[in-house]
Amino acid sequence: MSASRVLVLHLGLLAGLFALQFVLPAYHHGNLARIMVLAAYAVGYNILFGYTGLLSLGHALFFAAGMYGMALMIQHGGASPAPALLAGVLAGAVVSGLLALLALRTTGVAFMIVTLMFAQAGYLTILYFAEWTRGDEGFVIQQAQRVLWGIDLSQPTARYFAAWALFSLVFLISLWLVRRPFGRTLIAIRENEERVRMLGYDTFAHKLGAMVISGTISAGAGAAYGLLFGYAGASFASVQYSIFPLLWVLLGGAGTVLGPFVGTLFMFYLIDLSSGITSAYMLIAGVVLVLLTLFAPQGLVGELRKRIFRGLP
Amino acid sequence: MTLLSTRGLSKSFDGLQAVTDVSFEVAKGDIHALIGPNGAGKTTLVGMICGRVAPSAGQVIFDGQDITDLPAHRRIMLGMAYTFQITSIFRGLDVAENVALAARRRHPAPRVAEAVAKALRQVGLAPYSDETAGNLSYGHQRLLEIAMGLVQQPRLLILDEPTQGLSEGEIAGFKTLVRDLKSETTLLLIEHNMSVVMETADRVSVLNAGAILAEGTPAEIRANAAVQAAYLGTSDA
Repeated sequence: MSASRVLVLHLGLLAGLFALQFVLPAYHHGNLARIMVLAAYAVGYNILFGYTGLLSLGHALFFAAGMYGMALMIQHGGASPAPALLAGVLAGAVVSGLLALLALRTTGVAFMIVTLMFAQAGYLTILYFAEWTRGDEGFVIQQAQRVLWGIDLSQPTARYFAAWALFSLVFLISLWLVRRPFGRTLIAIRENEERVRMLGYDTFAHKLGAMVISGTISAGAGAAYGLLFGYAGASFASVQYSIFPLLWVLLGGAGTVLGPFVGTLFMFYLIDLSSGITSAYMLIAGVVLVLLTLFAPQGLVGELRKRIFRGLP
Repeated sequence: MTLLSTRGLSKSFDGLQAVTDVSFEVAKGDIHALIGPNGAGKTTLVGMICGRVAPSAGQVIFDGQDITDLPAHRRIMLGMAYTFQITSIFRGLDVAENVALAARRRHPAPRVAEAVAKALRQVGLAPYSDETAGNLSYGHQRLLEIAMGLVQQPRLLILDEPTQGLSEGEIAGFKTLVRDLKSETTLLLIEHNMSVVMETADRVSVLNAGAILAEGTPAEIRANAAVQAAYLGTSDA
């Protein structure tokens, strides 16, 4: 697939998402804003899992670091949204860098367990400092505290536009990154790390970089989620929120730029639609997921790449 | 002039002495073959030279610099290139990208494509550059490994059993390639195939039970009684 067609396809998605806000009914309009923020989280996860081949079970730690880095600045620091967002992103960069230094000493299952354990420690830390974080119950960020550069982010249109802007930014970063030499080296590490090392690359430094980029994007999504939807709670640091991006990326297609969005959209509406049919909606969702892993093991976009768009990044 | 030397290099794995007190030198511009029966410690020795295996004792000196404590990727950057005994390529990526990954460490970005094309031409894989590497035949995958080594323009190219599993015709092509490379680089060749060793090498070191048994020109090695007893006489080669 030629570089220009790749660009048209990816920019087309962003243009389509931008245009949709004018035609969607209110319910789906709200859903899509949420999906775009969550998809930004999945894009971050995909950098580490899909492209570098490192399966983390602790990304909720980064998502929550962004969310609480932002929310605590507003709630207790009296900051306005812009510096608070920045604080959230920085918190994610620092936390992912520190965790990378420890966790990257391991590989495979040990890496999964180490990331899972640190994320659980992060979750418990949030509960422990309940005086500040309000623990499980969490806290609401008031409408007046959510005005960014004069734009009230609690309004649906502004919120949609902010979610779109965030998603577009991380989506384009991801598209750019995986076509750069650095990103190509990450893909090579996923394919055969020992060979990369014996070509003269410092694979540890590359994996460290991938994990910080991944964690920082995840934190950006977490900070935006808290700000756009006006709430920060410990459930966002729970293991569930580490599993979600893994599922989204697997369904959409690990190691594809489009996959995280497609997977998040698919999973969101799968649960949304099946819960309209029966209270046992997780059963329907579960069966669909099993079918997908049987018949599209590389995810939706992964299958597309295999069958039609060879060379899709 | 000596490009690579080892001094008293030893390695033991949990008490098993794989390599014992090996000191040898590779002269610049030579094709230096390292031979020995299975289990003689050849791959372990080369692993210590290129940094995949940490030595228990001894030193590795490359171009006058003690590199014993350098990690593998730093040694590669000094001008070593290593091709694996068991084919180790990026099976899911295309052939050109395999070589480009090797080239990017050495060449500035605008020259990578040119260097990749040249290396692929040298080993005869130019027609396959868009093919997925995993779809290549085994012999072509071995050649791809060599192209990945060549494109780095190494000062020392270490080839670990490059002809293993190749057909007679492919081996003949490989001999020609190796002789052509002599003008460009120094080669350390770990090899089982005696015809390749005898026809291409300038010097041969024989490793047996983890120690250097003999060293000399191919003719001297062929005439060496100890080598015949330990290796040639008992081998099917």
